[in-house]
Amino acid sequence: MKILVCISNVPDTTSKINFTDDHKSFVSAGVQYIINPYDELALTRALEITEKDGGSVTVINVGDASTDATIRKALAIGATDAVRINAAPRDAYFVAKQIAQYAKQHAFDLILTGRESIDYNGGQVASMVAELLDMPSVTNIKLLQLENGVATMEREIEGGKELLTCPLPLVGSATEGIAEPRIPNMRGIMSARTKPLAVVDAVDVALLTEVIGYDKPKTRSNVNLIAAEDVAKLVTLLHTEAKVI
Amino acid sequence: MATDRFQAPDYYLLDDLLSEEHKLIRNTVREWVKKEVSPIIEDYAQRAAFPKHLISGLAGIGAFGPYIPVEYGGAGLDQISYGLIMQEIERGDSGLRSTASVQSSLVMYPIYTYGSEAQRKKYLPKLATGEWLGCFGLTEPDAGSNPGGMLTNYKDAGDHVILNGSKMWISNAPFADIAVVWAKDEAGDIRGLVVERGMEGFTTPETHGKWSLRASATGELVFDNVKVPKENIFPEIKGLKGPLGCLNSARYGISWGVIGAAMDCYDSALRYAKERKQFGRPIAGFQLQQKKLAEMVTEITKAQLLCWRLGVLKNEHRATPQQISMAKRNNVNMALEIAREARQIHGGMGITGEYPIMRHMMNLESVVTYEGTHDIHLLITGMHITGENAFGG
Ligand SMILES: Cc1cc2nc3c(=O)[nH]c(=O)nc-3n(C[C@H](O)[C@H](O)[C@H](O)COP(=O)(O)OP(=O)(O)OC[C@H]3O[C@@H](n4cnc5c(N)ncnc54)[C@H](O)[C@@H]3O)c2cc1C
Ligand SMILES: Cc1cc2nc3c(=O)[nH]c(=O)nc-3n(C[C@H](O)[C@H](O)[C@H](O)COP(=O)(O)OP(=O)(O)OC[C@H]3O[C@@H](n4cnc5c(N)ncnc54)[C@H](O)[C@@H]3O)c2cc1C
Repeated sequence: MKILVCISNVPDTTSKINFTDDHKSFVSAGVQYIINPYDELALTRALEITEKDGGSVTVINVGDASTDATIRKALAIGATDAVRINAAPRDAYFVAKQIAQYAKQHAFDLILTGRESIDYNGGQVASMVAELLDMPSVTNIKLLQLENGVATMEREIEGGKELLTCPLPLVGSATEGIAEPRIPNMRGIMSARTKPLAVVDAVDVALLTEVIGYDKPKTRSNVNLIAAEDVAKLVTLLHTEAKVI
Repeated sequence: MATDRFQAPDYYLLDDLLSEEHKLIRNTVREWVKKEVSPIIEDYAQRAAFPKHLISGLAGIGAFGPYIPVEYGGAGLDQISYGLIMQEIERGDSGLRSTASVQSSLVMYPIYTYGSEAQRKKYLPKLATGEWLGCFGLTEPDAGSNPGGMLTNYKDAGDHVILNGSKMWISNAPFADIAVVWAKDEAGDIRGLVVERGMEGFTTPETHGKWSLRASATGELVFDNVKVPKENIFPEIKGLKGPLGCLNSARYGISWGVIGAAMDCYDSALRYAKERKQFGRPIAGFQLQQKKLAEMVTEITKAQLLCWRLGVLKNEHRATPQQISMAKRNNVNMALEIAREARQIHGGMGITGEYPIMRHMMNLESVVTYEGTHDIHLLITGMHITGENAFGG
């Protein structure tokens, strides 16, 4: 069983988000980066599968050298080896194209991504990779079992769940429930030092999208608390300020 | 206890001085503490129970013998990694850090440094995995700050020695599988030996009623004509420099550890001050509270720099015992004062176990006393700079 897990390098959930003055890019100074949490779930499930049935887990990231720390963490958690496609990721298609290019040459049985990156929230890479490789794709997998070359999955859908099967190879995106994230142990951290991390040149990809600008959500306005017994004031304010009655 | 929302202050961007591996190690231990320690520690401390189930986790994150070479089961890490691990564990609780300090610096370190090859092979791998826990017996009822006055002793009896005496205030004693014990031989020289649980005449009664390090077990070691095989004596070391070498390593770890306790108190106080409103505004907006918070982060930053530099010197084998004394004394006092101020910022809430402050504060009262009291470390610096011995005796 050869599994490829796509990992994205994203700002820690507690980071303060700011954009440059021209509103075109994110200010990364002072920001701590982590493995995209959904990708960590995908990685953990991949490790559980190969620990039980044998095989290898390769992690791939499209990024510049600054993502190496995140990749090392994936190796410390237990991935067999890692690949970094040496390019700043520009949009989902660019990323998907790089991943597909690498995957084509290595015949993976299963390619897993997170359901979405928690920074740009595109939720597109998995389906694009599947399309580029002409493989089936299943999104938002919350349970994944493999038996005799067939994956049985449970997907999250609005108000319920969907059960489905699909023969391998397959591209899937993972969501909560698929596994519990693991904290690496010291043995893992030590062995990550010597595990291979291959740096591969990116292929040329035409940019299909262009960002015009980013904006933060408006700060919430103050809440006007009115005492429960003061119904008259509430009615007045709804009339004069909120202008709804 | 409420969810652990800890965020570490790094006012001088000291992360830039750490390697990627240092940060990975620190963040891993931090994550482990958030997941395994924070949710349960208050309850264990309130009940004065040691969270035994955390031992394998502590071993997993490398807390037992991080700088002991890999061939003996350690992690072969540098001294800054050791410091960062202690910092993060003590961010959770000083008692748990004490367990790790004792195992690493007071049990594994002497076995590795002073022990025979057979002793290293026998004990170190099992100590590294936490299968065995160790304790360190130096202090006695009548020999605390002055360990040279110890009475515990042994007499030669052929292929073994007969050990008599008692030790008190010994961390991990009640459940330790082995004890590194310091005792005088017939010539009156201090020697180290490993006493194993189960040896006849060796008992470890628990000390009850502590108001501090409540989640760490403390006890006595009582030796009543204990037959200890001669192969359990450290061949290499004689005199006070044996135990003092161990204490150097442990004190170094404590200098880092207490930064963790201080950071936790500061982080909690800062958040509380921003959220708590009185007189129509967050209390963080009052000058008196700002003075406290600003001084806290200043002191933490200084302590972080001190430790980082000491770690570099230690990696280069250039850190002196006197430099380590200075860091232990300064940093423990810094943490204790921050805990006291942070307690006040939390108002009445700081009195309950809802917040970690009072637990840290009480824990630090032991930390300021063990491994050389605040006074003793000052005398060490004083003697070093003046050349005058003010210890008396
Ligand atoms: C409009 C736009 C503009 C952008 N501009 C920039 C920019 O200027 N600079 C910049 O650095 N980034 C930029 N990004 C982010 C970067 O391109 C993202 O890595 C990429 O778009 C994928 O993000 P996504 O939200 O579409 O991924 P999603 O489709 O939400 O991600 C799903 C999964 O795909 C995988 N994945 C995503 N990204 C990667 C990756 N890089 N390597 C490996 N696996 C991955 C992960 O498993 C992830 O969970 C931009 C993104 C968008 C959408
Ligand atoms: C929770 C806890 C755990 C411990 N764990 C261990 C352990 O695992 N192993 C171990 O061996 N020990 C351990 N100790 C013991 C600890 O190291 C001693 O308590 C410490 O060394 C002080 O000794 P003492 O209590 O006898 O105090 P004393 O030495 O009697 O000191 C009492 C006071 O007198 C002061 N004083 C002493 N000498 C001088 C002087 N020359 N000039 C000025 N002032 C002086 C001291 O600073 C102190 O304030 C532990 C203690 C505690 C509280």
